[in-house]
Amino acid sequence: MSELHQDEIIAREIAAGRDAPGALLPILHAIQNALGWIPPQATRMLADALLLSRAEVHGVITFYHHFRTHPPGRHVVQVCRAEACQAVGAARLEAHAKASLGVDYGETTADGAITLEPVYCLGNCACSPSVRIDDEIAGRVDCDGFDRIVERLRAEEVSA
Amino acid sequence: MSVIVYVPLDSSACALGADAVAQAIAREAERRGLAVELRRNGSRGMYWLEPLVEVVCGEQRLAYGPVTAEAVAGLFDAGFLSGAAHPLALGPTEAIDFLARQQRLTFARVGVVDALSIAEYVAHGGFVGLARASTMTPEAVVKEVTDAGLRGRGGAAFPTGIKWKTVLDTPAEQKYIACNADEGDSGTFSDRMLMEGDPYCLIEGMAIAGLAVGATQGYIYLRSEYPRALDILESAIRAAREIGYLGSNVMGSGRAFDLEVRLGAGAYICGEETAMLESLEGKRGIVRAKPPLPAIAGLFGQPTVINNVISLASVPIILAKGAAHYRDFGLGRSRGTLPFQLSGNLKRTGLVELAFGVTLRELLFDYAGGSASGRPIRAVQVGGPLGAYLPEDQFDTPLDYEQYAAMGAMIGHGGIVAFDDSVDMAQMARYAMEFCAVESCGKCTPCRIGSTRGVEVIDRLLAGDDRGRQLALLESLCDTMEKGSLCAMGGMTPYPVRSALKYFPRDFGIDTSRAA
Repeated sequence: MSELHQDEIIAREIAAGRDAPGALLPILHAIQNALGWIPPQATRMLADALLLSRAEVHGVITFYHHFRTHPPGRHVVQVCRAEACQAVGAARLEAHAKASLGVDYGETTADGAITLEPVYCLGNCACSPSVRIDDEIAGRVDCDGFDRIVERLRAEEVSA
Repeated sequence: MSVIVYVPLDSSACALGADAVAQAIAREAERRGLAVELRRNGSRGMYWLEPLVEVVCGEQRLAYGPVTAEAVAGLFDAGFLSGAAHPLALGPTEAIDFLARQQRLTFARVGVVDALSIAEYVAHGGFVGLARASTMTPEAVVKEVTDAGLRGRGGAAFPTGIKWKTVLDTPAEQKYIACNADEGDSGTFSDRMLMEGDPYCLIEGMAIAGLAVGATQGYIYLRSEYPRALDILESAIRAAREIGYLGSNVMGSGRAFDLEVRLGAGAYICGEETAMLESLEGKRGIVRAKPPLPAIAGLFGQPTVINNVISLASVPIILAKGAAHYRDFGLGRSRGTLPFQLSGNLKRTGLVELAFGVTLRELLFDYAGGSASGRPIRAVQVGGPLGAYLPEDQFDTPLDYEQYAAMGAMIGHGGIVAFDDSVDMAQMARYAMEFCAVESCGKCTPCRIGSTRGVEVIDRLLAGDDRGRQLALLESLCDTMEKGSLCAMGGMTPYPVRSALKYFPRDFGIDTSRAA
C-alpha cells in the first residue's frame, strides 16, 4: 500500500474519532484495523490532531502489546502462554509453533503468511491450550492441530 | 410449527466448532424440509460437552453433546428434533448433575436465553431490577446493594455499596460508571461468558448503577482479546437503546444513562482500576497513586464507579429480588455467590456458580471429576497469575475471602487452575516473575525492576549457584515488591512465588530433610 494511501486512511480515522473523549486509543484501533499496523507517520499526524507531543503518542503506541509498529503477515497467530494453557501442554505447543514456522515471537514467516505472537489469556481457559487465528479462537490445540491450522491458512491463500 | 434449537455462540463453544454445528443444523433442516428455529445462547459452562445443542421439547430442553458438524446428519436421522435417543443424548439439560447442583444467581440466564433477544431476557426476569430502581431514590438503590453484602468480584472484594455511596455523595456535574471488563487473569472466563451469553444483564446492572449514583455515561473497558464479546455487546447496547432501556429517558424515569464499549489493547495492568482509567482517557495504562480515590476523582477527574463485570451483573437480581435474597447465600462476610471457573488439567472444566463456603476439594473432584490426565492434582492456582499455588492439604479450606487471606492466598476473580504432578513449580514461580516483567506498567521500581531481577535470581537458584544466598535474596526481593509496589501487580507477584517455594521446595532443589 502506498504511503499516500495510508495517509488518507489515517487522516480519515483521525477525523472520525478525534472528538470523542480519550480519543487516542479508539483511533489507534481504527488505524490498525484498517491497515494491520500503525505506520510511523501516524505518530506525527495524531500528535498534531490531538494536540499531544509525538513522545506521548509514541509512548501510547509502544506501551500496548496489541499495537504493531511493523506490518504483520497476512494472518496473525497468537499462542496463549498463560497458566491454564501451561497446565495442559502450552509450553510444548509454543516450542512446536516456533520450530515449525521457523520464527520467534513477533516475527513473520518467510512467505509472509503468518506472524506469530504470544498472548496472555484468551479467556478460553476451559478448552486449553488456546490459539487465536486473526479473530477466531481455537481450543484444545495440540501440535498436530496447530499444523492443520497453518496448512488451512496457507491452502486458503492458494485457492483465494 | 418450527422446533427451537439452541446452539451456543460463546467463544469457547465456537472454538470447539459451535458455529459450524449451527450452520450444519440449518443446512440439514433445509435439505430435509424441516422447520427449525436456531437460537444462539451463551454456554451453560459445561465445556467438556461443548458444542452443547439443546432441543426444546414441550416444557423441557434436551441436551446433545459434544456435537460435531459431522454428527448433525445422524442426529436428524435419529429424530433428535423430537428428543429421540442418540449416543450424544444427555437428557434434560437442567438435570445434568454438574449444572443441577449449582446455585446460579448471576448466571441464571447464561446459556438459557438467546443472548441477543430482549424478549427472552425479559421473559426470564430481565429489567425487573432496573424498573424497580427507576422508581426508587438513588439512596434507596445504594442501600439495597449495601444491604445485599455484595463485594467487588474483580479481586479486591471491596464492598460495592460503600463505593457507590462515595460517588453518590460526591457532588459533580458529570459522573461515570466504568465497567472493568479487562479480564486478564489466566483461568478466568466468567466475564466473557456473561457478556457473550447475557449482555443485557451487564447493561441493566450498569444502568442501575447510573441511576443509583447520578452518572449519565458508562464505559465498558473490554479486552481486545475478546472480539466476539465486543460484537455481542455492541449489538445489545444498540438494541437496548432503541427500546429505551438506555438513552435520555431510561425506562421512562426521566433520567439519562448511556453506554459505550472501549477496547483495551493487550495490557494486563489495565485491569488495575487506575491504569484502566488512564487507558480510557487515551493514555498509557500507568497506575495512579491513591488517594484520590476514583470514586471521588476518577475518569476525566470526575467521580467514577469502577466495578467488575460480575459485580455489576449481580446487581439486577439484587434489585429484582431484594437484598435479603442475595445476602442469604454465603458465609461470614462473603455474601452471595461466586462463579468459580475451573480450568487447567481437569476432566470437566467449566463454570460453577455457588455460594461462598464451597471447598477446592468439592470443586476439583465433585464437579470437575479430578485431573484430565488421571494423575494426582499437585497444585492449584487460585485467583489468577498473582494468586497463590495451593497444595492438596489446603483443599479443604472453605472459599471465603477472609479464610483465604488468612492463609496467604486470595480468591480474586474465582479462577481455579489445576496442575497434575508433572508440573515443575520452580518454573511456575519463574513464570510469575517473567509475567510481571512483561506486564508491569513500569511506574514503580519494585515491580518494574524487581520482577526482572526475580527471574534472574530464580535462574541462579535453579542453577545451584550459592543457594542459601539466592534464597535470602529472593525473600528480600519479594518483601520489597510486596511492601513497596504502588499497586497489586508488583505487590502480589510474590504470592505465587512464595507459595511455590513454601509448599514445593524440592522443585527448587531445596533439601527439605534439613528443614525444621
